Amino acid sequence: MSELIRLTAAELGAAIASGETSAVEAAQAYLDRIDAVDGEVNAFLHVATEGALEQARAVDARRAAGEDLGPLAGVPVAHKDVFSTKDMPTTAASRILEGWQPPYDATVTARLRDAGLVILGKTNMDEFAMGSSTENSAYGPTRNPWDLDRVPGGSSGGSSAAVAAFEAPLATGTDTGGSIRQPAAVCGLVGAKPTYGGSSRYGLIAFASSLDTPGPFARNVLDAALLHEAFSGHDPRDSTSVDAPVPRVVEAAKRADIAGMRVGIVRELSGEGYQAGVLERFHEAVELLESLGAKVVEVSCPSFATALPAYYLIAPSECSSNLARFDAMRYGLRVGDDGTRGAEEVMSLTRAEGFGPEVKRRIILGTYALSSGYYDAYYGSAQQVRTLIKRDYDAAFEQVDVLVSPTTPTTAFPIGERADDPMAMYLADLCTIPTNLAGNAALSVPCGLAAEDGLPVGLQVMAPALADDRTYLVGAAVEAALKDRWGGDLLSRSAFAV
Amino acid sequence: MAYDEVLRGYEPVLGLETHVELGTRSKMFCSCATAFGAEPNTQVCPVCLALPGSLPVVNGVAVESAIRLGLALNCSVASWCRFARKNYFYPDMPKNYQISQYDEPLCFDGHLDITVDTPDGPREFRIEIERVHMEEDTGKTAHMGGATGRIHGAEYSIVDYNRAGIPLLEIVTRPIENTGDLAPLVARAYVSELRELVRSLGISDVRMEEGSMRCDVNVSLMPRGATEWGTRSETKNVNSLRSVERAVRHEIERQGGVLSAGGRVVQETRHFQENTGGTVSGRSKEEAQDYRYFPDPDLVPVAPAAEWVEELRAALPELPAARRRRIKAEWNLSDEELRDLVNADAIGLVAETVEAGAPPADARKWWLNELSRRATEAGTELSALAITPAQVARVAALVAEGALTNKLARQVVEGVLAGEGDPDAVVEARGLKVVNDDSALGAAVDQAIADNADAAEKVRGGKVAAAGALVGAVMKATRGQADAGRARQLILERLGVQG
Repeated sequence: MSELIRLTAAELGAAIASGETSAVEAAQAYLDRIDAVDGEVNAFLHVATEGALEQARAVDARRAAGEDLGPLAGVPVAHKDVFSTKDMPTTAASRILEGWQPPYDATVTARLRDAGLVILGKTNMDEFAMGSSTENSAYGPTRNPWDLDRVPGGSSGGSSAAVAAFEAPLATGTDTGGSIRQPAAVCGLVGAKPTYGGSSRYGLIAFASSLDTPGPFARNVLDAALLHEAFSGHDPRDSTSVDAPVPRVVEAAKRADIAGMRVGIVRELSGEGYQAGVLERFHEAVELLESLGAKVVEVSCPSFATALPAYYLIAPSECSSNLARFDAMRYGLRVGDDGTRGAEEVMSLTRAEGFGPEVKRRIILGTYALSSGYYDAYYGSAQQVRTLIKRDYDAAFEQVDVLVSPTTPTTAFPIGERADDPMAMYLADLCTIPTNLAGNAALSVPCGLAAEDGLPVGLQVMAPALADDRTYLVGAAVEAALKDRWGGDLLSRSAFAV
Repeated sequence: MAYDEVLRGYEPVLGLETHVELGTRSKMFCSCATAFGAEPNTQVCPVCLALPGSLPVVNGVAVESAIRLGLALNCSVASWCRFARKNYFYPDMPKNYQISQYDEPLCFDGHLDITVDTPDGPREFRIEIERVHMEEDTGKTAHMGGATGRIHGAEYSIVDYNRAGIPLLEIVTRPIENTGDLAPLVARAYVSELRELVRSLGISDVRMEEGSMRCDVNVSLMPRGATEWGTRSETKNVNSLRSVERAVRHEIERQGGVLSAGGRVVQETRHFQENTGGTVSGRSKEEAQDYRYFPDPDLVPVAPAAEWVEELRAALPELPAARRRRIKAEWNLSDEELRDLVNADAIGLVAETVEAGAPPADARKWWLNELSRRATEAGTELSALAITPAQVARVAALVAEGALTNKLARQVVEGVLAGEGDPDAVVEARGLKVVNDDSALGAAVDQAIADNADAAEKVRGGKVAAAGALVGAVMKATRGQADAGRARQLILERLGVQG
C-alpha cells in the first residue's frame, strides 16, 4: 500500500499505463489509507468505496481494450464537496444540503471522469466555502496532518488535508479569496488558483460568482499541472468561461527554468503582522530565485491595502443572492412544514436552522451592502477598488513577469483560536485575495518550515490572466532547488509521511 | 365619481409596462422547451430549477428579438449592457432572484405613434418609450383547497416551473400626459398597436388570453393646471385590450372620488377584476421590497456589434403603420373602412388573404362578417380561429369560379373551423360541390317541370316570373347545391322561352 501512495500522480499514472499496477490496486491502496487515517484527519465527508472501485475497474477495462487514455487515467482524486457529483452526495458542508445528490455532474467532475480519474470521495470544507480553517463545516473540523491540533486551512481544508495525509494523490478545490492557496501553504502542498474563467464553474455550488475558481491540489508542481490541464478549458455552459487555449502548465512544470525571468516582490505583502518564520522562509526563497537566474525587483501595489475590505463587500454581496435558492422548496432541508405554516415561514425556519453562523453573517453583510441607499457606498466602491487593484497588477506586470509574496501571513493556527474572531480569520487571506479580485493566476509552492513552529510555509507566485504557465514555471524551479537542498520532499517530514 | 366630472377637475397621467413572452424555441438561459400547455414541470432542467451549481447562458435569439423590437420602436440600442439580479423571495421564482435588466436596458429612448378615433375624427398621439429590456418569467403558482383560488384561505400551493425562465421583453413607456378624457382609449390603442408591432416582427404570438402579453397600467391624477404629478396606482397583469381600457377608466373614477373627498391616493399595486371591471388593492408599494439589484456576475455583458444592429434594422419587415397606409391606398379604403379593419384586428389577416390571391373586397368581407361573427360566438380573437388566410382565399376563389355558392361557402368555412381539413377536402367530404353538371341538373329540371305542371304552363304562356317556383323545386331537390342561374336557364330552354 505505502509504495503506491508514495508515488507521485504522474508516476502512478505511468505505472498504471505500463501495467505495473492497476487502477483498482491504486484505488484500493488509497481507500485503505483513508480507512486507516481519516478517523483522525476527518478530511472526507463521503468516501465512495464501491463507486471508486467500480470506476477503477472501468478504467482498467478501457486500458485492456487498447483505449488511449490520458496521463492521469486510473489515478484517484478527491473532490471538494462543492462540486456536483451525480453518484454521490454534494452538500457544500452545509446542513441545508444534507443528503442532496445532484442529478448532474459539474464540468470539472465530468471532465476528470472522462480523463479516467477515479473519484475517492468528497472532502470537507468550510460551509459554502466561507472560511479559512474548515472549522465552519456543519460536519466537524478537519485536522492538519502536520499537527492534528491545528487547522488545515480553508475553505478547501478537506482537500489539502487529504492530499497531505496521503489519502489522495490529487484533489480539487475552489479558490474565491485564497481557499486553495492558503490550505496548500499551511499543509505543505502545491495549490493553484487558475485564471478566472480558465476552469469552469458549471456545477460548482456558488459562493461568489465573480471570484470562484476551481483549481488543483497536489504534492508537487507537475502533478498539480497535470490535474489543472485535465479539467481546464472553455465550457459553453459557463458564460464567464474564457474561450482561449489552456495555458501550457504541464510543459512549464517540466521546463522549470527561470533564468532571465523578472520577478517582483510586492512591498505591501510582507512586514508587520507577518510571522517571523514565514518571512524568513520567504526571503530565502527570493534569494533562491535570484540564484536560479531570476532578476528580482521590488514593486509597489498600493491598492492591495484595500483589497480585504473590498473583498468582504463583494463576496458577501454575491453570496447573499447566490444562497437565496436554498429555500426548502425544491431540494435540501425543509423545516416547519407541518401544514400550519406558509411557504415564507418554512423558508425562514429552514434557513435559520440550515445555515451556520458564518454563512448567516455573510448573507446579512451582503444583503446590507446591496441595499438601496447603501449600494454605492459599499458594493459600488468595492467594485472601484477592484478596478484599482487590476490597474496595480497591470502596472506591475509591465515591469516583471511574475510577482511573489508569502502565501499566508502565518503558518497553520490552532483549531479554535480564531473561531470567534472573524476579523482575525479573514486576515489569513490577506495575500491571496488581490489575485481573485483581479481574476489573475497564482500558485502556492512549499518553501520550507517556519523555525518557531516547524510548520509549512508557502511561496505565492502570481501571474497575469492566462499566464498560469509562469506560476508553474517558477513553482517547479523553486521545488526542484529546494528538493536538492532538503534532500527530499518537504512532506517527508510530516507526521503523516509514508 | 362620474368619469366626466373627474376629468373636469383632473388631468390623468398614464404609464404602461408591457410584458411580452417571446416565442423562442428555448428558454432565456437554458435549452428547455417553451411550448404552452405542456404537462407541469416537464420543461425544466438544473438551470431553470436553480439546482445548486447551475449557471445561466443567454439565448441569442432572445437578444436579437429584443433588438428588433427596440428598432421597430425607434429606440437606441445599447452598445454594451448587463443583466442584473432582482432579489426577492417567492416560491415560483427558483433562484429567488429574477435575472432582468436594471439601469442598463438593451434598448431605450424610442416612441410609438398611435391613432385614436374621436367624434371629431382620428387623433394621433406619440407614446414615448423609455426602455425595452430582457428578463425571464417566473413559474406559475396555483393555490389549492381554498374557495377563491387565491393564496388566502388555500390549504396548499403547487408550482409549475415550465414557465420559469421563458424569455420576456418588458416595454416601458414614459409618462403619457395630455390625453384628457381619451386616456382609456389611448392606453388601449397603445397596447393594441404594440401588439400589432410585435406580431409583425414574428417574435411572439402575443396572445393576451394565454398571458403571452400582459400589461401593468399606471394611472395618476393631477388637478388641472398643476405641474406636479399625483400619486399613482399600478394595476398588474391586465390581459386584454378591453381590460386595459376599463382599468384606466376605473382608476380615473376611483382616484377622482378619493381626491374629491379630500382623501389621498395610496401608492400601491392593484388587481383588475374581470367580472366587475374594477380594481382591488394589492400590496402597498410603501412597504415594498428593496430588490437589491446588482449586475449578474454569472453573465457576461451583452455587446451587440453596430454592424449587426444595422443588419437587423435593414431586415425589419414592413411595420403596421406603414402597412396600413399602403393598404388604405392600394385597396382604396375610406377612413371608416380602415378603422373597421383595425378595430377588428383584421388587417394582417386580410392582407395575408389578399397575398394568397383573394380580391381585397372578398377578403375583407369574409374576415369582417362571417369570421368575426364566428369569433364572437366562440369568444375568441379573430386570429385564434382555426382557419388560415390561405384557406379563406381558397374559399373565396371557389365562390368566384362558381364552384360554391355563398351559402355553401359558409358551410365549407364551418368545416374548416371544425378541423375537417382544407376547403377542398371539406367540399369533397361534405359533398358540397355546386351541381352545374347539365345532365344531373337536367334530370332535376325535368322532374321539377313534371311535378309542377301548372307553373310550367304559366311559363310557357309567357309568365317568366313563374319560373321561380321551378328553380326553387330544383334547389330543393339538389339540397341547395345547384347553380340557381344555370337551373333557371335550363328551365327556360326546356319550356321554349327566352330568358
